[in-house]
Amino acid sequence: MFHIYCPYCEELREEEEFHPKGQAHIARPEEPDACSDEEWGDYLFFRDNPRGIHHEMWLHAVGCRKFFNITRNTVSYEILETYKMGEQPTVGAEHLAREEKTAREGKTDSVQVAEGGQQTVGASDAAQASVKGA
Amino acid sequence: MSNSVHVYDARADHATVNAQSPLAYSFQRSGMPAPGEEGRAVVGERAFLGHLILRGGAIVLDEALREVLGIGLPGRPNSLTVDADGQRSVQWLSPDEWLLIVPGDETFGLETRLRAHLGGSHVAIVDVSAGQTLIELTGEAAHGVLMKSTVYDVDPHAFTVGKGVTTIFAKTSVILRRPDESRWELIVRRSFADYVYRWLLDAGEEYGIGVARESRHESQ
Amino acid sequence: MSQSALQPNRLAQGGQIDRTHALTFTFNGRSYTGHPGDTLASALLANGVDLVNRSFKYSRPRGIVAAGAEEPNAVVQLGATEATQVPNVRATQQALYDGLVACSTNGWPDAQRDIMRWVGKLGSPFMPPGFYYKTFMAPASMWMTYEKYIRKTAGLGRSPTQPDPDIYDHMHRHCDLLVVGAGPAGLSAALAAARAGARVILADEQEAMGGSLLDTRETLDDQPAAQWLKTTLAALVEHDNVTLLPRTTAHGYHDHHFVTLHERRTEHLGDSAPSQAGHRQSRSRLHRVRAGQVILATGAHERPLVYANNDVPGNLLAGAVSTYIRRYGVVPGQKLVLSTSNDHAYRAALDWQEAGREVAAIVDARTAPEGDLVAQAKAAGIRVITGSAVIEAKGAQRVSAARVAAIDVDAFTVTGKVETLECDTIASSGGYSPVIHLASHTGARPVWSDDIIGFVPTTVAGVTATGGAHGVYPLGEVLADGVEAGVNAATALGFAATVNDADLPRVAPRHEGPACALFQVPHEKATLRAPKQFVDLQNDVTAGAIEVATLEGFESIEHVKRYTAMGFGTDQGKLGNINGMAVAARCLGQSIPETGTTVFRPNYTPVTFGAVVGRHCRELFDPERYTPMQAWHVAQGAEFEDVGQWKRPWYYPQKRRTSEGEGLETMAEAVARECRAVREGVGILDASTLGKIDIQGADAREFLGRIYTNKWQKLAPGRVRYGLMCGDDGMVMDDGTTSCLAENHFLMTTTTGNAAPVLEWLELWHQTEWPELEVYFNSVTDHWATMTVTGPEARKLLTELTDIDLDREAFKFMDWREGHVAGVPARVFRISFTGELAFEINVQAHYAMHVWEALFAHGDKYNLTPYGTETMHVLRAEKGFIIVGQDTDGSVTPEDLGMYWAIGYDKPFPWVGKRALTRSDTRREGRKHLVGLKPKDASVVLEEGAPIVFDPKHAIPMPMAGHVTSSYYSPTLESGFALAVVKGGHQRLGESVYLPMADGRVHEAEIVGTQFVDPKGERQHV
Repeated sequence: MFHIYCPYCEELREEEEFHPKGQAHIARPEEPDACSDEEWGDYLFFRDNPRGIHHEMWLHAVGCRKFFNITRNTVSYEILETYKMGEQPTVGAEHLAREEKTAREGKTDSVQVAEGGQQTVGASDAAQASVKGA
Repeated sequence: MSNSVHVYDARADHATVNAQSPLAYSFQRSGMPAPGEEGRAVVGERAFLGHLILRGGAIVLDEALREVLGIGLPGRPNSLTVDADGQRSVQWLSPDEWLLIVPGDETFGLETRLRAHLGGSHVAIVDVSAGQTLIELTGEAAHGVLMKSTVYDVDPHAFTVGKGVTTIFAKTSVILRRPDESRWELIVRRSFADYVYRWLLDAGEEYGIGVARESRHESQ
Repeated sequence: MSQSALQPNRLAQGGQIDRTHALTFTFNGRSYTGHPGDTLASALLANGVDLVNRSFKYSRPRGIVAAGAEEPNAVVQLGATEATQVPNVRATQQALYDGLVACSTNGWPDAQRDIMRWVGKLGSPFMPPGFYYKTFMAPASMWMTYEKYIRKTAGLGRSPTQPDPDIYDHMHRHCDLLVVGAGPAGLSAALAAARAGARVILADEQEAMGGSLLDTRETLDDQPAAQWLKTTLAALVEHDNVTLLPRTTAHGYHDHHFVTLHERRTEHLGDSAPSQAGHRQSRSRLHRVRAGQVILATGAHERPLVYANNDVPGNLLAGAVSTYIRRYGVVPGQKLVLSTSNDHAYRAALDWQEAGREVAAIVDARTAPEGDLVAQAKAAGIRVITGSAVIEAKGAQRVSAARVAAIDVDAFTVTGKVETLECDTIASSGGYSPVIHLASHTGARPVWSDDIIGFVPTTVAGVTATGGAHGVYPLGEVLADGVEAGVNAATALGFAATVNDADLPRVAPRHEGPACALFQVPHEKATLRAPKQFVDLQNDVTAGAIEVATLEGFESIEHVKRYTAMGFGTDQGKLGNINGMAVAARCLGQSIPETGTTVFRPNYTPVTFGAVVGRHCRELFDPERYTPMQAWHVAQGAEFEDVGQWKRPWYYPQKRRTSEGEGLETMAEAVARECRAVREGVGILDASTLGKIDIQGADAREFLGRIYTNKWQKLAPGRVRYGLMCGDDGMVMDDGTTSCLAENHFLMTTTTGNAAPVLEWLELWHQTEWPELEVYFNSVTDHWATMTVTGPEARKLLTELTDIDLDREAFKFMDWREGHVAGVPARVFRISFTGELAFEINVQAHYAMHVWEALFAHGDKYNLTPYGTETMHVLRAEKGFIIVGQDTDGSVTPEDLGMYWAIGYDKPFPWVGKRALTRSDTRREGRKHLVGLKPKDASVVLEEGAPIVFDPKHAIPMPMAGHVTSSYYSPTLESGFALAVVKGGHQRLGESVYLPMADGRVHEAEIVGTQFVDPKGERQHV
């Protein structure tokens, strides 16, 4: 049972109050009609399933009814941050990969860096940029 | 008042119309056990209050409320403000949503005055008075009853006076708040009210829970 | 004392029992006595009951081994009556009460004369590891037969066949610090954190708090430990920020410091929970605790040594012997041999001798034991045999002797001559295993420590093991460790706390010599030929079985465990797992850490289903949602249908007279009557359950255009429109009408079951994609009650009650008007789900019953007929109106439904679902289309869900062409009729399809349009 910090309620709340809504940062293409069938299919159906850092959208369903995002380690279930809709994560997959690399002396095979979902890669880039102080 | 929104007084004249509160059927079906002598846990319905949902920006709504009602929006999430005589309250529900509870016959007048004050602002006011009801829970065992019912921390030291949250209650949801030292208030959706009532009686049984006699559930 | 005759093993004094009161109890049909303070196990031992069970696989006699949660054998069935049966109770954890009735769990038909005994006698050749896999695999068809007997012989008790008279409940708790275990470490930690101001919960599974302090020989501040325990507990009670939960087992650690505790509230009082001041109280309670920090002070379990016939009754853990003597005043035998690998176990022999019974010898595997307890034993005149071990127990129903020999631990050989020592009890100790269960629930792997010869836990942040739970055993160090853990936790929580050594009680220093790592004891014969050496007593797994498993090629400890079933009992192998790993490591020629580790899953000890369910059962199982007219429906004798959590009237059976006398209408009769009333007169439906969403804002109209498939730009105030909603995959997800209340104000209705999901859907798009749109959504489902008055006479009836002009030109189809009905302010919507003239009246729910009853007061002369959901379904299906979720299933597009009129392809914004409607899959030929089906035989009502084929003569498997989605008998058509999805159906009107049924019949039906009644739609316009 997760204990989730709602960035709108500004406190930790029990998991029962929330609904998970899948991978975060999946933006709807601006011009759907300009998408190929394959691009539209990617948007509709394809999601990352990384072992490690995952940016997820959740809804505080029994609470403030706001959608927000969580950065979660899918191995340890640790929630590394929560942030409001429209904000970018500060913790990315590269971050964990670096940590694990240090910890395991070069063995990084246990951590995947999410790829495929264009938005996740974008989010991670942004995270890296923000870590660098950009 | 803007005519871009349909505002009308759907409250009937309680002198001529038989109104039934959300718990009317439950009182009839499950009974109203008398509270134990020590009154360790007592429930009661405060029926037919006016419940308005306010949506919009905090600044504009706060100003309008202060002007019209004399109390402002609570400054923090999950909290409420209550007016001097305890009859009117505003509770934070989400960053753009508040619950206003006032005596039932003030509801439409208040909505009208608020709308007049707010003019063309991007706000919404929705009357939900008949869609929910307020259940009061008092007595020293009240928080024991709540601990059996809700996942939220109801320790009186943690859930201080002036706090209010939307949370899980048994298998449904409630708005739970503590307007003063002696009272807890549960705001329950009408269709779930019977379930909540039966749950409360059951959870409170070991504390000798009973129903306050003055609970008013029918207008005639 | 007279009682000693009744209880031959009860000491005249000592222990924390109340000898002034006798409690009577029954075990396997025989009556015994015990005292308050006893467990069932201590009372059985006091009465000299050696045999408590037959073993699981070999049906060997078994006695009590331990004194706590780790007990593998004394698992009993409890309950004096059928309704109060509880299986799987550890006698060591069951407090004795007057009138307790228990019996052995295993040993069908009884523990003394067991028909499985031959198996035990004949022994392992008949039941090797993997026995069930090997023996019962073929023929597969016989498995059900085998299983029936295996289950019966292997049963671990039975559930009651009558309803449980007790109630169980849940309590949600929150604290800064949860301390699990109230032994010296847990008590110290809890008090230190409580003094710092933290909210503390201290839970302990035993009848009394104190853990090892309840039976220790050591002193604190020169007083018996019990004195310090009393003072400390009193100090904790003084703190109002401390909650003490005795008899409460922390059985699972879940994510983020969420721990579930099982509190046995009345299990020590009787068979069934006694009422308290006239009120029911729960028998047990599940606490769902969310803690800021968790301290695991769960102590350690002693490991037995694995030697031949170590399962014969009379073989006990050394620590259990001390516990029974010191805590319960029970000596479980006359003459003791102690076999040990460490100093600590010596106390069993000292306690035994002080209780006035004989110690034959202490057999110590170490060649030169040197600790203080060793010296004490020698000083007490106890014979200590060093460099040796008990290699075999003798005796059938009870130990009669111990065979002792010198051994070489490293070479795993017997090196000396065997000496046989007569005795009736063998106590053994192979060291201690920290209770790492909860720590391993966190997902962290324990690691092997050569220092303590055991696995020590690792944990996640915020969870700390202290004291014996991480391998710290000397009492003084345990107390200090506990304080440190408590202070650290409090500090991490933001409280000011420091360690003050002066607070620690003084412990007399005691030197302990190093232990040796001994698990399986060598025998003169090789393991596979020696008498059975049991590793897992509950699941009857022997050292030989593990050796066989390794010989057969199982190298992973996980595979060995599964192959031998080691650790798969209800005790989760608390005693056996480490020994089993040691045996596997020896066989594989590697170390224990190389062999693997052992982790545990929740639950630590079994939790009753009652506690898991709590009060979420029977009438409180799930919320029942009622409309404001519920009392009326009940009074009318309505049958109800569950729609989501709503109770909706399904139909209203009336009294009717037939040749068989008076009775109630059948459902078919009631539905036929209700249908005719609507088509010919006037009916009324309680439609309050429909989802209603109030939408306000300057961009409300734009939003509707984006979320619905059809157009909303021109809908004027006072008008209503049907809307169809798709996911972005183009599949229909909901439908309903939306009314324009004012330019920037709409009222959306949803299907009953989709009210919450649709509101969430609107919020999703608004919050994540189009936050710039000025619009707010609020649920008003419960605020407005809705009643549908429909039928040719609807206008006449309503005119009598309303000030609204109902003239067909003034108030057109798909208009709404504001006014009064029966004196109540109302919005009336002229929309129709029946195809007849219809008015949907919305009033505030407080007044719904008033209006409803007024309608009936005026409706008599029109024979106003209430109808339920079944009639609603028939009427709407006759008109071809779909039910989302019944006629659609998430793979149906608006085009598949033939609803081209509701698709605004030319709307400027790329609305939700639009792009997907031109994907290759949604454009392909042969998609299933919604059509009507008319059975050739009018009396046939097709089965909903029935598959449809084009060619009934096709060889099986036949290609499927679709299925029936809705099917009813129409009293209006006097025929069965159906809606169905059929491949290319829209191009196949007039063709026949076939429905082969399970019973061999094949129905033929004609594909027709979906509107069976009034296809031109004239009736709703009248």
